[in-house]
Amino acid sequence: MTTNTRETPQGDMVRFGLFTVVILAMPIWLMPFGAAYPDLMQKFAIYGLFAIGFNILFGLTGYLSFGHAAFLGVGSYTAVWSFKLLGMNPIPALLLAVVMSGAFAWLIGFISLRRTGIYFSILTLAFAQMSYNLAYSVLTPITNGETGLRVLNSDPRVLDHMMGAGEVDGPLVTNLFGMEMSGLPGFYFCAVWLLIGMYISFRIFRSPFGLMLRAIKTNQTRLNYTGISTRPYAQTAFVISGMYAGLAGALLCVTDPLAGAERMQWTASGEVVLMTILGGAGTLLGPMLGAGIIKYSENIFSAFNEQALHEIFAFLPDGIEAAVVSVAGLFVGEGWHLTLGLLFMLIVIFLPGGVIEGGQRISAAVTRLRGGGSGGSSTQPQPAE
Amino acid sequence: MVDFLTPSRRGVLKGGAAVGAGLAMPTIFSSQAWSAEYLNKPTGDTVTFGFNVPQTGAYADEGADELRAYQLAVKHLNGEGDGGMLNTMKPLVLSGNGVLGKKVSFVTGDTQTKSDAARASAKRMIEKDGALMITGGSSSGVAIAVQSLCQEAGVIFMAGLTHSNDTTGKDKRRNGFRHFFNAYMSGAALAPVLKSNYGADRKAYHLTADYTWGWTQEESIKNSTEALGWETVNAVRTPLGAGDFSQYITPVLNSGADVLILNHYGKDMVNSLTQAVQFGLRDKQVNGKDFAIVVPLYSRLMAQGAGENVKGIFGSTNWHWSLQDEGSKAFVKSFGAEYGFPPSQAAHTCYVQALLYADACERAGTFMPCGVVDALEDHEFDGMGNGPTLYRGADHQCFKKVLVVKGNENPSSQFDLLEVVQEVPAEQVTYDPAIFGGELGECNNGA
Repeated sequence: MTTNTRETPQGDMVRFGLFTVVILAMPIWLMPFGAAYPDLMQKFAIYGLFAIGFNILFGLTGYLSFGHAAFLGVGSYTAVWSFKLLGMNPIPALLLAVVMSGAFAWLIGFISLRRTGIYFSILTLAFAQMSYNLAYSVLTPITNGETGLRVLNSDPRVLDHMMGAGEVDGPLVTNLFGMEMSGLPGFYFCAVWLLIGMYISFRIFRSPFGLMLRAIKTNQTRLNYTGISTRPYAQTAFVISGMYAGLAGALLCVTDPLAGAERMQWTASGEVVLMTILGGAGTLLGPMLGAGIIKYSENIFSAFNEQALHEIFAFLPDGIEAAVVSVAGLFVGEGWHLTLGLLFMLIVIFLPGGVIEGGQRISAAVTRLRGGGSGGSSTQPQPAE
Repeated sequence: MVDFLTPSRRGVLKGGAAVGAGLAMPTIFSSQAWSAEYLNKPTGDTVTFGFNVPQTGAYADEGADELRAYQLAVKHLNGEGDGGMLNTMKPLVLSGNGVLGKKVSFVTGDTQTKSDAARASAKRMIEKDGALMITGGSSSGVAIAVQSLCQEAGVIFMAGLTHSNDTTGKDKRRNGFRHFFNAYMSGAALAPVLKSNYGADRKAYHLTADYTWGWTQEESIKNSTEALGWETVNAVRTPLGAGDFSQYITPVLNSGADVLILNHYGKDMVNSLTQAVQFGLRDKQVNGKDFAIVVPLYSRLMAQGAGENVKGIFGSTNWHWSLQDEGSKAFVKSFGAEYGFPPSQAAHTCYVQALLYADACERAGTFMPCGVVDALEDHEFDGMGNGPTLYRGADHQCFKKVLVVKGNENPSSQFDLLEVVQEVPAEQVTYDPAIFGGELGECNNGA
């Protein structure tokens, strides 16, 4: 990326500040989109975190991992086991989940990073599918198979019992020192972790370590010829992004204490790749945007049914309305994947840099219009690398 | 770096104000949300139901039929169409003008037959669309996950197609209700029929879908067949959605078993049964007896998928469209008029659940979950296709007739695939609620 040389610390602080405000004000500005309800906002924050972590590996080093859902799953199962054994406080659950998924990522990375390109992708995919199948059937005593792992009243929950909060009448909900982690408090809890994750991602992007990761993406062979061993760098990036995924998986369980094997399926791994590419791989804010777009269409488009479509197109004359509704019906409800696929195709074909590139083009066009012809040449998008 | 460490006063003030405003915002929303006497109390002239069914995945066929039934139920509740079972339901307080004077509207969602997706979709209905009741589901894993979510959130869950003993056993909840029958009832109803057809001296081999429903069905069928004097040779767990069952079926041939019991459902059952028949199991003679296959939980949609292979195979169902009582005839008639084909058992149970919920609200005079729970517990009704039925208060399970069916040898149409062998009376399948454990807990109004 040619842009990083132009970045200043103040610029980053402003950007991070803006990001913070936008995230924390989500309940307000998402209202008109019909997305300002806690569950979806929690998903935005959690999958945003997942995608940001994935981007540290894919966006910077160019290693395309097709198995990141495995770390999400490991984080989830660890978190639920922490709830079961230690208690409903999310802090130990998050810590354990990050450590476990980090260790797991180290192991998988140690083996997979011996190969690059498509071979690396296939290796990670194979590991993720193995983990999924293990969780689904072989490891049923640990993962409870298809039914999913849940917290039960009869579980030990040692810390809760020590603090005299062991017997719960109602449902078991995670709580941070008395604050229940569902609804909006749950969202803000996730949002804080998203901001921490985003800040770390900012620092990694601007650090010498980040520069080295970009160098791996640009030309790994040349680096090797100059006598630099790239494996430790790639391995570190892999473990860091695995830890992000583990954190995201644990947060999924904090807001809803249930872990299911389908979280590790290859479709979930593919989803995070889509999110990153849709938003803009290698950019700081892109993955978060992509996660938002995908989760929004999954939850909102899939809920449109014919009744809702008839209401939307009620202003059209009857015959035309029926035709419009039957065509539009293909793209919503169970057909929301079709909408997403089209959107993805359009973006990859016309905006290879994702939504972020679209934004940059628009702002460049605006500056050109305002500043006249003189500054035109400097704002032209420049070829990467 | 200097600028980075010493930000301007203006910058700090601006940033601080923005962050403060963002943090203060949630209190505005939460104060409104929790002030009502119960969650999602309807304030306008409509009441919202949430229909959460699989629209994609292995159980999509069942899900599509469930959604059709729900839409029909909403029509009938709002006084459109011919009224369906509202003409036969007894006792009845609904009058076809909505529920408690409010028009019924609905939202739909896709469970994808995954617990995660189902819970996300149910949460959307509760938090965004203001649904007061969630219903649907075509897998016990999903039903149990959504039921506990509804308990935590404080809305009513009316289970759709779920057959595991756990739904109203180990994992029962005060806010959740099930009309569909369960694995224990299948076993109790099937056993006498199996004895009269296959004798008391048989060796059974189980293939079981590896999740909550499969486990409880295997256990129930094992218990009731062993009580007949049958011997269980082996019980093998197969992963859900395996597709190819040949590696599980080959060992059956050499196991000395003479009955194969398939604890599979949906596409799994279609595949395993088809492969078992292709392997020639049914033409074999073992221990001097004809080899037999039993599918404890049957559905017409599955029979359609398995085609010729279901002929003569015994199983049980909750309901079948060929029943001749008034309620079934009224439902089949209005479903057929609307969609052009007869409803499946999944459609039936979902339709009945929606009506029962609406009726309970009307009787309770409120949509408050605890009021509805009181109205449904130990409620007795008739005219819904299964004869006199009791919604038992101790575990929120319906007790009614169970149908033992057989694959039709000479089907007269593509829907006439199952033949009702026996209608087993409710007394024969009733059990003590204590045998499965679990606690209902307290009802939750969500406020």
